[in-house]
Amino acid sequence: MIEVQGLTKVYGNKTAIDNLTFTVEQGEVVGFLGPNGAGKTTTMRVLSCFMPPSSGTAKVNGYDIHTQALEVRRRIGYLPEHNPLYTDFTVTQYLNFVGEAKGLSRLSRRQKVGEVIERCLLHDTREWIIGRLSKGYRQRVGLAQALLGDPPILILDEPTIGLDPKQIIEIRSLIQDMQGERTVILSTHILPEVSMVCQRVIIINGGRIVAVDTPESLTHRLQRSTQVRLHIEGPPDQITDRLREMAGVLRVETTDGAGALHRYLVETEKERDLRQELARVVCGSGWGLLELRPVDMSLEEVFIHLVTEEPDSVTVDR
Amino acid sequence: MDIGLGGPMGILAIFKKEMRVYFASPIAYAVFTIFLVISGFFFYTLLTYFSLISAQASMNPGLATGLNVTDGIVRPLFGNMSVILLFVMPLITMRLFAEERKQGTLELLLTYPVRDAEVLLGKFLAATAFSGLLLLTTALYPLLLALWSEPELYPILTGYLGLLLLAMAFISLGLLCSSLTENQIVAATLAFGALLLFWIIGWAAMLAEGDWALLFRYLSIVDHLASFTQGVIETKDLVYYLGVTSFFLFATLKSMEIRRWKG
Ligand SMILES: Nc1ncnc2c1ncn2[C@@H]1O[C@H](COP(=O)(O)OP(=O)(O)O)[C@@H](O)[C@H]1O
Ligand SMILES: [Mg+2]
Repeated sequence: MIEVQGLTKVYGNKTAIDNLTFTVEQGEVVGFLGPNGAGKTTTMRVLSCFMPPSSGTAKVNGYDIHTQALEVRRRIGYLPEHNPLYTDFTVTQYLNFVGEAKGLSRLSRRQKVGEVIERCLLHDTREWIIGRLSKGYRQRVGLAQALLGDPPILILDEPTIGLDPKQIIEIRSLIQDMQGERTVILSTHILPEVSMVCQRVIIINGGRIVAVDTPESLTHRLQRSTQVRLHIEGPPDQITDRLREMAGVLRVETTDGAGALHRYLVETEKERDLRQELARVVCGSGWGLLELRPVDMSLEEVFIHLVTEEPDSVTVDR
Repeated sequence: MDIGLGGPMGILAIFKKEMRVYFASPIAYAVFTIFLVISGFFFYTLLTYFSLISAQASMNPGLATGLNVTDGIVRPLFGNMSVILLFVMPLITMRLFAEERKQGTLELLLTYPVRDAEVLLGKFLAATAFSGLLLLTTALYPLLLALWSEPELYPILTGYLGLLLLAMAFISLGLLCSSLTENQIVAATLAFGALLLFWIIGWAAMLAEGDWALLFRYLSIVDHLASFTQGVIETKDLVYYLGVTSFFLFATLKSMEIRRWKG
């Protein structure tokens, strides 16, 4: 459905995305998760054919973004980051224009505009001037214009940014409704958001892909625990027991080793950095500490800059 | 990315959208008012002056030769209107790209299945139609004149054609300026400066000699209007206006392409 190969975009001397490679399958809802400045918007602008990449390619439904940009654009519904709209237009006027620009005939335009208005719950505001609508309603209009013309692929750049909790829930449920029916790529810097609406997550930081995973295992990796790898010389049973006793340690596991030399994987509570204490305990017990290293530090760094919690009003399932 | 000439559907969609934005904005009405009022003022002044001269001429038949409303009122009026166009056209074109870029709507527009050329032509035609309407409202003055005297029809028609062609050249240059910046005011200022330069380049012709003088004279944007107001459509003038317009439209298309790279 979407195949991205070595995509790179350089602005002047700033590399915004660096050699991205990933694929998105038909009907998948994929989250593009990363802190501000990670390169999410840049990737989406390239995929939607707003701007060409500096190098690399992407294929959308088999069409190349370089040579078949119009074909690609016919198949994509795009919602840019700040949801730009013509504020002087009424909802219907605006959607009519979008339908024309997307090449819908007069007859099908009337029908399709009606459909997206229903679908995005805009019925009561169809004759309103867009400039007078609340942010949540504007976001629905943005989503409606992306949906118009039934594109098989939706690219949504931070679709819930700046909305209040009630509006966030509405928009997310509209996106969830599309699952299976369309391929969706949405970007966000909010961790719970991907768990709620996405089947797969691509984590990006500093223009590079840091991890690709399901939201469940990702949340597990990120939210519940931090892992530290140790390489210790000493009696494995005693060491395991001693480490387990420490406050904040959730799990201790021996991974490999022979004789007195073993590797340990220690899972600790998220908020606590036990590295210093672990070192003290090991050395204090007279064992030999050969190595102490946090696991997946790059992911950790990303995590620090993400929004990981939301008010209960948002996270409650609908 | 695809460029090249676009289809009529996309052009029409953009055209209609731009017309709607024009008439939703106060700038359009301000421009209409200014244009009508100032050209009305010129008309009134010319008319008063002409009546004065005619009154004198009726007492002194020697003066009356060559005195007619076409030369005395219509032609100078067209000349004055071309000056007003110099001031108001940048206001009509300034927002076309700059404001859309600033609001972010251009990003969305350029991801619809329309070619850059279609977007450009849609905007160009909308600005042209708007200017056409603007010029049309001033037909009031020749009509008033027709109540009272008998102006020649043909120079009026060709005069309007010339003004429209002039406006098109102004629009294409204004579009280029608007595509270079996110700021409407900067776009208008650039356009005004560039137009003024095109205008006064004819003055350089007076100082230059030989072929240079000819070149400057040819480039001067307003000199080409003269024959139109005399009721003559000259190929060289037609070629000039259409050439300038195409040149700047093409430059704008290139500018759009470059801006895509920069994001
Ligand atoms: N038009 C641009 N010109 C120059 N630098 C840009 C431009 N757009 C984005 N950048 C830079 O590229 C990096 C990635 O930006 P962006 O794709 O917007 O990230 P995100 O959407 O993840 O916040 C940032 O460092 C940003 O400053
Ligand atoms: Mg962004």
